[in-house]
Amino acid sequence: MATLDYFRQEKLPHIWCPGCGHGAITGALVRAIEKLGLDKNKVVIVSGIGCSSRAVGYLDFDTLHTAHGRAIAYATGIKLARPDLKVIVMTGDGDCTAIGGNHFIHAARRNIGITTIVMNNEIYGMTSGQYSPMTPTGMLGTTAPYGNVERPFDLCKLAIASGATYVGRASAYHVPLTIDLIEKALQNDGFSVVEAISGCPTYLGRKNKIGGPVEMLDWIKDQTVNVKAAAALPPEKVAGKILIGELYNEAAPEYAASYKELVGKLQRRYDSYIGEVRECASNSD
Amino acid sequence: MDKNVKLMQGNEACTIGALAAGLDFYAGYPITPSTEIAEMCSEELPKIGGRFIQMEDEIGSIAAIIGASLTGKKAMTATSGPGFSLMQELIGYSSLCEIPIVIVNVMRVGPSTGMPTSTAQGDVMQARWGTHGDHPVIALAPGNVRECFDLTFKAFALAEKYRVPVIVLTDEVIGHMREKVELPDPHSIKQTRRKAPTSPAGYKPYAADPDGGVPLMAPFGEGYRWHVTGLFHDEAGFPTSKPQVADTLIRRINRKVEKNLDDIIDYASESLEDSEIVVLSFGSSAMSALSAVRRARKEGIKAGFLRLKTLWPFPEEVVKSLESHAKRIIVAEMNLGQVVLEVERVTTGKAKVERLGKVNSELFHPEEIYRAIKGEVQNRDIRGNN
Repeated sequence: MATLDYFRQEKLPHIWCPGCGHGAITGALVRAIEKLGLDKNKVVIVSGIGCSSRAVGYLDFDTLHTAHGRAIAYATGIKLARPDLKVIVMTGDGDCTAIGGNHFIHAARRNIGITTIVMNNEIYGMTSGQYSPMTPTGMLGTTAPYGNVERPFDLCKLAIASGATYVGRASAYHVPLTIDLIEKALQNDGFSVVEAISGCPTYLGRKNKIGGPVEMLDWIKDQTVNVKAAAALPPEKVAGKILIGELYNEAAPEYAASYKELVGKLQRRYDSYIGEVRECASNSD
Repeated sequence: MDKNVKLMQGNEACTIGALAAGLDFYAGYPITPSTEIAEMCSEELPKIGGRFIQMEDEIGSIAAIIGASLTGKKAMTATSGPGFSLMQELIGYSSLCEIPIVIVNVMRVGPSTGMPTSTAQGDVMQARWGTHGDHPVIALAPGNVRECFDLTFKAFALAEKYRVPVIVLTDEVIGHMREKVELPDPHSIKQTRRKAPTSPAGYKPYAADPDGGVPLMAPFGEGYRWHVTGLFHDEAGFPTSKPQVADTLIRRINRKVEKNLDDIIDYASESLEDSEIVVLSFGSSAMSALSAVRRARKEGIKAGFLRLKTLWPFPEEVVKSLESHAKRIIVAEMNLGQVVLEVERVTTGKAKVERLGKVNSELFHPEEIYRAIKGEVQNRDIRGNN
């Protein structure tokens, strides 16, 4: 199957601005799915609200564009109800780490089998450039006119500390790495997180005078260092850099499978009122 | 003893009603006075191949049941005031995207944290208008423990049939009160399931006649590859900004309920035909109201009783019909006047509509309603500790 076959081509072109990194990241997800040869009919892609979350409308799967911050909670219901499906969340930095932060850490804690792609453009793009929990300190946003006073999350550290079993970071500049990390994340049974740094030339770039799309990608490249390369570098060369690459990969019991196992142990026919009216076999997983 | 006769509380009956209706999936967050429902679901669902999850909050809970429902499962959550407030945004999502879910709200005293272990009926208007925008919603109010079974069962049937969120609006007294309940023979029960398409070819998830048709709903994971969005969408399910498409959509989803009032609306009455004074009530307040009406009748007062089992859509026709005989309609509810506003809206002024409210966390005493029937209540509110 060709890469474009995973798209709803009649829904293109997309709504993103010229130079936005979200297209490269969406493309990376599709290429990872293609490499793994996943069945289009057994993949559900869920998103929240924001620029990133519009990606799902272009993808030819069962797709769910939910409410702001709630993608992972919807996805939790889908995965638990149908553990056989591959469930992917596409979200942004505001959607995932501000309004949706609680769902993110709890899904990680449960290690439920959801692959979460965080398209981190470090700004609220859809509402035109307010600072997010991922905006670096000091940068300008429309609600940070004097520079962002707050400190940003290290999302990957948050994911690891919360219990995610596969965590990696890449960017719209590092497309082959993004594909590779998403491919591995999709193969992990538990909760996986790939943070993909995405340039927003329209709002973050313009407001902070970073430049156009190309300068934005250079800006991302210059800040990042691969975790493997970093291991061989002196500390002063790594200080202040954003680590990219595979940051965590440790297997642990996956929640929906553990619950299914519990059901297997308990499940039996009842002769009392409760349960009698149903056939156990009617449950599809 | 018949195995279907049991002593149980309302929350238990809600759970059994849900299981009888084919509940597959429960997600919830602990909150008094609804928690027994979650506890019982956590125990029973895995035994019958279902799923239970305790989410991190009530927003996550309703999100999870919407997700589960999209896979074809029958899904429910239960909560009380503060949690119900948190769920409002996604009640609208369920309404617009036409995803069947059932929400049990065991009402407690509010606003805010209020009085968690005490009863109230203050969420009537919230159940109708709590989420933003014009939207269809159904709310049912059980008046006893057996009805918790019946109306939760019915809630699933209506949710599946009309693809709407259905709210079971009970209260702390109904939820925790224990009664002897005779459950229907399990073999007599007929479950309702949403209509599904038979083939992905040409599937349009939101195609239906504009006069309130209910579109066919495909489960996720079965090859339909359809799109769901809380943005206004066209028949194919994709976002639209066309005024005509938006107008058709919002009118159609509301008509689903408006066109099926006979199927949805239910009520109970006693001594209504020749009554001059009608006490209209619902939920636990109606137990006290019925007792007061019977006492008045015994004394020769032409009192009648109407108990609403459906609160939304509002049972306009039966309430309007009261004016053919009633001179006074007393609306007894544990709030400062919510259902009474609807009664005033649908009547013409021929009968005097009287508000009888109580918000001190105590159930109505039948005496209080009896005194109202006799015209002895000076204020329209029953005050605390009187």
